[in-house]
Amino acid sequence: MRPLTVQRVLWTCGGLAVVLMACVLLSLKLGAVPISITDLVVNLGRLAIGQSDQLPTEYRLIVFDLRLPRILLGILVGAALSVSGASFQATLRNRLADPYILGVSSGAALGAILALGVAPQFAFITPIGAFLGAVATIAAVYFLGRREGELDSATLLLGGVISASFLTAIIMFLMTTLAGRDLRGAVFWMMGDLSTPVPASLRWIFIVGLFAGIGAIYTTAADLNLLLTGEREAIHLGVEVTRVKMVVYISASLLTALAVSASGQIGYVGLLVPHAVRRVFGSDYRILIPASAFGGAIAIVLADTLARTVAAPTELPVGAMTAMAGAPVFIYLLRRGMR
Amino acid sequence: MSVSDNSAHALGAPEPSPKNGRTERLNVEQASYAYSTSAQFAPTFTLTATSFQARESELVAILGPNASGKSTLLRLITGTIAPLTGRVELDGEETSRLDVRTRAQRIAVVHQESPVVYPALAGDFVLQGRHPYGRALRFASREDIEIAHHALAQVGADHLAGRIIGELSGGEKQRVILARALAQKPRLILLDEPTLHLDIGAQVELLERLRQLAKENRYAVVVVTHELALAAEFADQVVLLHHGRCLRVGTPAVVYQRELLEQVFEAPLEVEIGPAGRPRVNLRARRGGDTT
Repeated sequence: MRPLTVQRVLWTCGGLAVVLMACVLLSLKLGAVPISITDLVVNLGRLAIGQSDQLPTEYRLIVFDLRLPRILLGILVGAALSVSGASFQATLRNRLADPYILGVSSGAALGAILALGVAPQFAFITPIGAFLGAVATIAAVYFLGRREGELDSATLLLGGVISASFLTAIIMFLMTTLAGRDLRGAVFWMMGDLSTPVPASLRWIFIVGLFAGIGAIYTTAADLNLLLTGEREAIHLGVEVTRVKMVVYISASLLTALAVSASGQIGYVGLLVPHAVRRVFGSDYRILIPASAFGGAIAIVLADTLARTVAAPTELPVGAMTAMAGAPVFIYLLRRGMR
Repeated sequence: MSVSDNSAHALGAPEPSPKNGRTERLNVEQASYAYSTSAQFAPTFTLTATSFQARESELVAILGPNASGKSTLLRLITGTIAPLTGRVELDGEETSRLDVRTRAQRIAVVHQESPVVYPALAGDFVLQGRHPYGRALRFASREDIEIAHHALAQVGADHLAGRIIGELSGGEKQRVILARALAQKPRLILLDEPTLHLDIGAQVELLERLRQLAKENRYAVVVVTHELALAAEFADQVVLLHHGRCLRVGTPAVVYQRELLEQVFEAPLEVEIGPAGRPRVNLRARRGGDTT
């Protein structure tokens, strides 16, 4: 018997943090204007010891005003979407669950657009609208996915896909009818984009929201392990199922809402990353959640770096990159599950 | 033909028996329940007042064909539903009023099948039995690991700890699931049709093991089953259910009356008393000339 220990969780997180740092450096280096790693390290060092005034101006512009905020946003979005996907997978007992596939991202996008349309002068309304949209969508999809009182895997996924399609149609409708207003454009909401930095006034809301959401989900990690076996089993092993599900649905909706209101709908991250993490570190949620947070950050940073460089100087939407990788994996998992 | 209601027997003073002196664990007293789709409609299924007791170290079989109310009675005992009338008490406390965690420390439930969505090692699976005792993230303590090992040893499955559950045979899997129940350190173990997917050898082994465990650990064990032969052989008491009514409670010898069983199971049966005083049930083939 080799049960999971705190040490193993911490070592795993430490290792993944190192990988993430390497990816961040790589992403800072690559781009339309290449920068050498040595320069990067020297200048990051200067920044760390508070000598930011000694940085060359051009450098500061490219690395610290353009690339770094974008990378930090990518880390936030990736962690949020992956943890959200992993926790939906436990409460819905469906390893294909992902905020994008379930339509939760579309609900959040619609909520954010409505908020932007109604009160564009208040920046903080956008994530709130996204959150309400996400919560309403997951509730609707949950009830659509039930057959004879039981959650049915295929029905649930269909319910999610159909909801996403319906919500997308409404988004397109709004985009057309409200064309005069600044709604950030359809491609941003449909395919995701990390190039718009989070407004300064919202930064703390996003960071606190991210940690609160992931933290709340992590407190239920041991319960999620049991929920995977089935609700009835979990109850008999002392899990307060209703409370755990509420915590997860609300926190995962919050995480999705934060990600979508900052970067539009980036799909399949919540499916791809937990799947990969499970293969490497096992399916125990006490390690799966933190590892998915790091893994998601790594995945988005890499995907966005690719999106910036593949067709440079043109940028691709980052959601296109994740969908190209994610959709085949979805099909693979679906077919393997059918057998 | 009607069968007399047996509530008087069940309610009566504890029968003088060799089991006297053992503490009563489970007390089901005139418990009833009704399912209905809404308040305006008549209930779609009713379990009428049912009474029986289970003492420590005792194995009670809840016996009946499909749709006889076995699952409802099981849910009443686990406390997931509260009885409409009457009481279900474990060591004097109503099970439906216990909080989920306390209930899981006292009652372990083994279902017909535990689907395992993600591959998990048998040892980790048994450690889940420690969940109701843990805090927050429940990283296993040394004590938890010892208890889990002991539980596996009790069901003769120590060697399975490192195996993946999905790769175990039906009998092995059943033992691991039982070990998880033992790791809960319960006072009452409930098993719902535990023999359903087992071959006859594994069935007998499981029930023998249950009797042994009940005796060693002073659990009360309640087995829900439709297996007439197994209940006759291994139960100390049988609770016979039919169409939501509790027809009779007592030792197998008392409950196993040919006419009663034939009516309940709708099959021609023969009942004889074996050498150990336990009834034996045989199917009586419906052949020409048989006019009974």
